[in-house]
Amino acid sequence: MAATRTITIDPVTRIEGHAKITLHLDESGRVADARFHVTQFRGFEKFCEGRPFAEMPSLMARICGICPVSHLIASAKACDALLAVRIPPAAEKLRRMIGMAQVVQSHALSLFHLSSPDLLLGMDADPAKSNLFGVLEADPQLARDGIALRKFGQQIIERLGGKRIHPAWVVPGGVSNPLSREDRDAMLAAIPEALAIAQHSLAWLKSVAETFADEIDSFGSFPSLFMSIVKPNGELTFYDGKVRFVDEAGNTIADGLEAQDYAEFLGEKAESWSYLKSAYYKPLGFPGGIYRVGPLARLNVVQGCGTPLADEELRIFRAARGRTPLSSFHYHQARLIEALFCIERIEQLLRDPEILSTHVRAEAKPNAFEGVGIAEAPRGTLLHHYKIDEQGLVRWANLIIATGQNNLAMNKSVLQVAQRHVRGEKITHGMLNRVEAVIRAYDPCLSCSTHAAGQMALRIQLISPQGEILDEAVQA
Amino acid sequence: MTQTGDIKTLKLDGRDVSARADETILQIARQNGIFIPTMCELEGLSSPGACRLCLVEVKGSSKLMPACLTHAEEGMEVTTGSERLVNYRRMIVELFFTERNHVCSVCVSNGNCELQSLAQKVGLTHVHFPYRFPGEQVDASHGRFIADHNRCILCTRCVRVCDEIEGAHTWDVMGRGIQSHVVTDLHEPWGASASCTGCGKCVQVCPTGALFEKGRSVAEMHKRRQFLPYLTLMREGRE
Repeated sequence: MAATRTITIDPVTRIEGHAKITLHLDESGRVADARFHVTQFRGFEKFCEGRPFAEMPSLMARICGICPVSHLIASAKACDALLAVRIPPAAEKLRRMIGMAQVVQSHALSLFHLSSPDLLLGMDADPAKSNLFGVLEADPQLARDGIALRKFGQQIIERLGGKRIHPAWVVPGGVSNPLSREDRDAMLAAIPEALAIAQHSLAWLKSVAETFADEIDSFGSFPSLFMSIVKPNGELTFYDGKVRFVDEAGNTIADGLEAQDYAEFLGEKAESWSYLKSAYYKPLGFPGGIYRVGPLARLNVVQGCGTPLADEELRIFRAARGRTPLSSFHYHQARLIEALFCIERIEQLLRDPEILSTHVRAEAKPNAFEGVGIAEAPRGTLLHHYKIDEQGLVRWANLIIATGQNNLAMNKSVLQVAQRHVRGEKITHGMLNRVEAVIRAYDPCLSCSTHAAGQMALRIQLISPQGEILDEAVQA
Repeated sequence: MTQTGDIKTLKLDGRDVSARADETILQIARQNGIFIPTMCELEGLSSPGACRLCLVEVKGSSKLMPACLTHAEEGMEVTTGSERLVNYRRMIVELFFTERNHVCSVCVSNGNCELQSLAQKVGLTHVHFPYRFPGEQVDASHGRFIADHNRCILCTRCVRVCDEIEGAHTWDVMGRGIQSHVVTDLHEPWGASASCTGCGKCVQVCPTGALFEKGRSVAEMHKRRQFLPYLTLMREGRE
């Protein structure tokens, strides 16, 4: 059997959207290449054409049921740019708060609901148990904590926006309703429990990470750039700031980049084998301009978080893993540090008297024909770019989604994990699950990134050089 | 004082009710707490009997009668909610949804839409007919308002309020059958209309998100219609 082969994992499980992975084997049976294929297509950029721009935030939020708030925010910011207004301070604070509530719930979903089975039960665990119910059996408190942390975020979204999924509350010019004192007080009352959960979850994750010491080095561990928006003082932000790139040593290689100039520094390349485009840092070209976004990238980019508990955890993280941890395994820890930061910031915002201001919306007609909105979504930097006509109807839209920006890194990570763990013609569950687990570390949202529908599932195929499918595994 | 001869006694869903001869079955039903769904009808405007949602059964007639246009008659026996009527009504609402592009979740009128709440009231859980998905125009040429023909159900409330209350008759209907569209002036962009006074009554009476105020985001278009019976009363008072 001196022939090259391909293994296909189709569908990929415990991720958000539809994907498959193909592993191409060389003649000696070693993995020569790996591809992460996103197999869904949606077309939001096209069918929004002709719609009134004010509908865009809620229309675009329908891209995703997990991070609709990020799309609301990026879209509303693009619309603010069309109106050419500065939104009232209270509106900005309220938008920040709902954005961070979503980061908490989404990070909890990723870590506890999707990845904790791998971390708690091991990569070789019985697939029938590798889910939240398996976690609930093995460590009920951990599962309950995950659910409670997600609930914390979701309930803030509900109190602010009226409902947990797809609130229409973030609008061009601000938000549609102010925060009531009762809701403020109820949210404040939930802070201590959320803080405690984030802290002891971090302690658990740090201890469990030690058992993966062997895997961490081949779990998407390679030099790349990291990108996120940062505050002017270099602190972590999810709402506004300018774009910064750092290299694998944490050196800033580009800073102060404006969202509206994204086309100058971000390139996107479409491949025939995936609906997900690959983004790259333009000055370094494709694929040399590989960069990562999301929790790990943000923590690698920033000087500090800006809140006491998160800053202390960041210090511990860097002391243990270096200034810029390179293994994508560390996305998990970064996610919890960010959740902790968000809870602390939400508390600060809730204690700000201005948060109850009733002036929460700037009214204007469109004053610009083009607008770009940027925000940090749970999975990374999100950009919405619209062009409208003189009547205010959308004529063109472009979205750059976090998952697309991690596409090159996810492909490289799959290759690295596969090269380390996949041997021969048969796919074992542990092999397959490790390949999937590295994808989960990025918490990709394929529904967003292809701007898709249905359940997430993963397929792996093993393909010979002649294109023959040697083995196939499906996890649903 | 109403003369005794003008009072009719009839049966409505088996109940004996009395009404004036100039009252419609719809009015009598409402006075007696009986719900008959409507869409084109709006208090303060004339009724064209176009939407056919208020059809009722009248004993002795093989035809179904629109409650909004049928007047009380002595000894009439009317059924307002038979299984046949309920099925027809649901079918009509389904056809509303298939004819144009109604996507509640991303509509300015989500949560405040008569079509949406009617669908809930008639128990519409899914649509049996194929959707047409027409590519309708969005006319945003007006300075303050937008007409999104994707959401128009051709109830013609806009046409009637503009003609009967505002007196401008900017709106009218063009084409026939499935090709029908409401148009401004002689099918010109709304913003170019010479007759439109910009009063916005059409927007307020529109039951869906077809006519709405510019700048409104999803679920933000709340319509006010309380003014209509009052305006009608004032106009009648001057005549």
